Amino acid sequence: MKYVDEFRTPELIAKAGEEIRKLAGPNRHYRIMEVCGGHTHAIYRFGLKDLMPSNVELIHGPGCPVCVLPMGRIDDGLSLAADPSFIFAAFGDMMRVPGTHGSPLEYKARGMDVRIVYSPADALKLARNNPEKHVIFFAIGFETTAPSTALTLMRAKSEGLHNFSVFCNHVTIIPAIRAILDSPDMRLDGFVGPGHVSTVIGCRPYHWIAQDAGKPVVVSGFEPLDILQSIVMLLRQLRLGEARVENQYKRVVPWEGNRAALRAMAEVFELRPYFEWRGLGFISQSALKIRASYTEWDSEQRFPVPGVRVTDPKAAQCGEVLKGVLKPAQCKLFGRECTPEQPVGALMVSSEGSCAAYYNYEHRKPVTIANAATA
Amino acid sequence: MATPAPKIKFREPQIEMAHGAGGKASRRLVEGLFAPILFGASHGPLGDAAHVQINGTRIAMTTDSFVVSPLRFPGGSIGELAINGTVNDLAVSGARAEAIVVTYVLEAGLPTEILEAEVRAMARAAEKAGVLIAGGDTKVVEHGKADGMYISTTGIGRLLFGVEISPDSVRPGDKVLLSGPIGDHGITILLARGELDMQADLSSDTRSVFPLVQALVSSAGPGVRWMRDPTRGGVATSLNELARDSGRGVVLFEEKIPIRDSVRGACELLGLDPLHIANEGQFLAIVSAEHANSALQALHTAPGGEAAAMIGEIREQPSSMVSVTTLYGGTRLVDMLVGDPLPRIC
Repeated sequence: MKYVDEFRTPELIAKAGEEIRKLAGPNRHYRIMEVCGGHTHAIYRFGLKDLMPSNVELIHGPGCPVCVLPMGRIDDGLSLAADPSFIFAAFGDMMRVPGTHGSPLEYKARGMDVRIVYSPADALKLARNNPEKHVIFFAIGFETTAPSTALTLMRAKSEGLHNFSVFCNHVTIIPAIRAILDSPDMRLDGFVGPGHVSTVIGCRPYHWIAQDAGKPVVVSGFEPLDILQSIVMLLRQLRLGEARVENQYKRVVPWEGNRAALRAMAEVFELRPYFEWRGLGFISQSALKIRASYTEWDSEQRFPVPGVRVTDPKAAQCGEVLKGVLKPAQCKLFGRECTPEQPVGALMVSSEGSCAAYYNYEHRKPVTIANAATA
Repeated sequence: MATPAPKIKFREPQIEMAHGAGGKASRRLVEGLFAPILFGASHGPLGDAAHVQINGTRIAMTTDSFVVSPLRFPGGSIGELAINGTVNDLAVSGARAEAIVVTYVLEAGLPTEILEAEVRAMARAAEKAGVLIAGGDTKVVEHGKADGMYISTTGIGRLLFGVEISPDSVRPGDKVLLSGPIGDHGITILLARGELDMQADLSSDTRSVFPLVQALVSSAGPGVRWMRDPTRGGVATSLNELARDSGRGVVLFEEKIPIRDSVRGACELLGLDPLHIANEGQFLAIVSAEHANSALQALHTAPGGEAAAMIGEIREQPSSMVSVTTLYGGTRLVDMLVGDPLPRIC
């Protein structure tokens, strides 16, 4: 398979692993955060941790859109699904995420009209095909998915399609990284930067991380070789005492980002003054809101939404895991009350959530247990 | 002495789609509710078909229902699936399908043309598989109560001589054989629903696996320890059931698992694991180490078995689990499917 197999060649992977061991040396411990959930998933899926020396520690970051969404937003969105004249449309990732009274899939099983869509344009198609119903698209995601939501809203407006609106939960990555760097309990050496987000925003927005916080950032692809190569690039910088932004994912990420996508976002969205993130709390200017010129297509403006705030179950430590302070297995609920089948927190639901990745691919591995015993 | 009342472990308040998806939730429902009430407190591992004795003769018996949407898809249709599915459940329990009875649940308004096409598809599939359709029943439900039609088939089969399959007979060192490429059926259906703007040159793998099972059994005889057709929930779920029932570890070698590029591509795009995708014309077999090579050769020379592969082996550890050795020597665990496979966004 083109663009995939060449980044999974076993010999090159072995070589990259060797390079990492050489660069890391035995005398120092490295803590590297992979910001994006897609990276977390790939690291577990391909067993990359097994190729890494024990003093290179990978910390899972907050870049999983489903995981950072607080339960209150899900409840707000689903409160609209109860109306039989509404169709609630969302990505597959959202379907098992628990709200206070169940996940979208459970709402569907109870007879509410909940649909899985693969893009916001599919939700718009639903609205065209069901003129007697109102379609709510429950939008989630970082800058990766925000442009397609923006283009869909522009399309809805130009078509004059009034039975469609967006419940907007789009968030932005930079404030989340800032919140993590501001957190006193984090000692990070560098970042594997998000690949898909960067196709939209480019590499410039990370400069402050290198310049002000003094941490190297390498924007990375998602294949095994991409991730290992990015770690090599980070270790090289650290060895030389440098902190720069580098782009490992040049085949996809332009340094300046995607201007057309950024323009579409600017046309439709503005920054919210603040937004609540699961685990990270309220972060100012960290999320997108639909502009007044699109009020008619903004579910929150158009329909009464309770605006509830729901705290996570007390024992769940999603926040600590999201920030990288705790490893998934260190949460009190992990693998007991909270499993992919009966998730308590969203990190156990999304394939990009670190808990689900850890549970599915790793946690019962005997080798891990042995490592934990010596740690 | 009174038999102790069976313990009902299933405590979920309502049935969800996941209970029918063939993964963990399905297993909880079957083991926690059906088995204790219907089979009593003690029952053996639940296989693809039951073995019952009639006048001293052991026969295999199984039933299956088909609710696929769309009714027709590249490479097959619901009628063909309904025959092959039951033939295959019998085949992997070590039996040749002899007779099948059919139940049709039809929705008012279903065009006769569509029904006729499916009945013909069943007749053709039955003839091809060498099984008699011995009887049937028809029910019609109101418009909107079924997706056009549901079909249920029940079959009986004659047990092949010299094969005794059970998870208990699986030993460390045994090999895992797979009859051909995985994921074709599930991905074909996903694409045929037309919800994804994706196309691939792919068709369902629906077929009778009996000729391949027969080739395997003739070659390996008592060396065949266990078989299963990995339908809903895919190879991962079938092998996890084996791991749990046998207490052994199943280790797969990623590079040995046959997967077509179009299936891999679709899975990569949608964030699905091919090991969780349904198949309708493949089977897994655990064969003793001494018989494994000749068994694989027997599959290779049988028509339709050219792509068969030895994809892994049984080990003591990690017990009751399925793990995959990746191309790079790393390992990961493979769990049963949880719920339905849902595509991811980014």
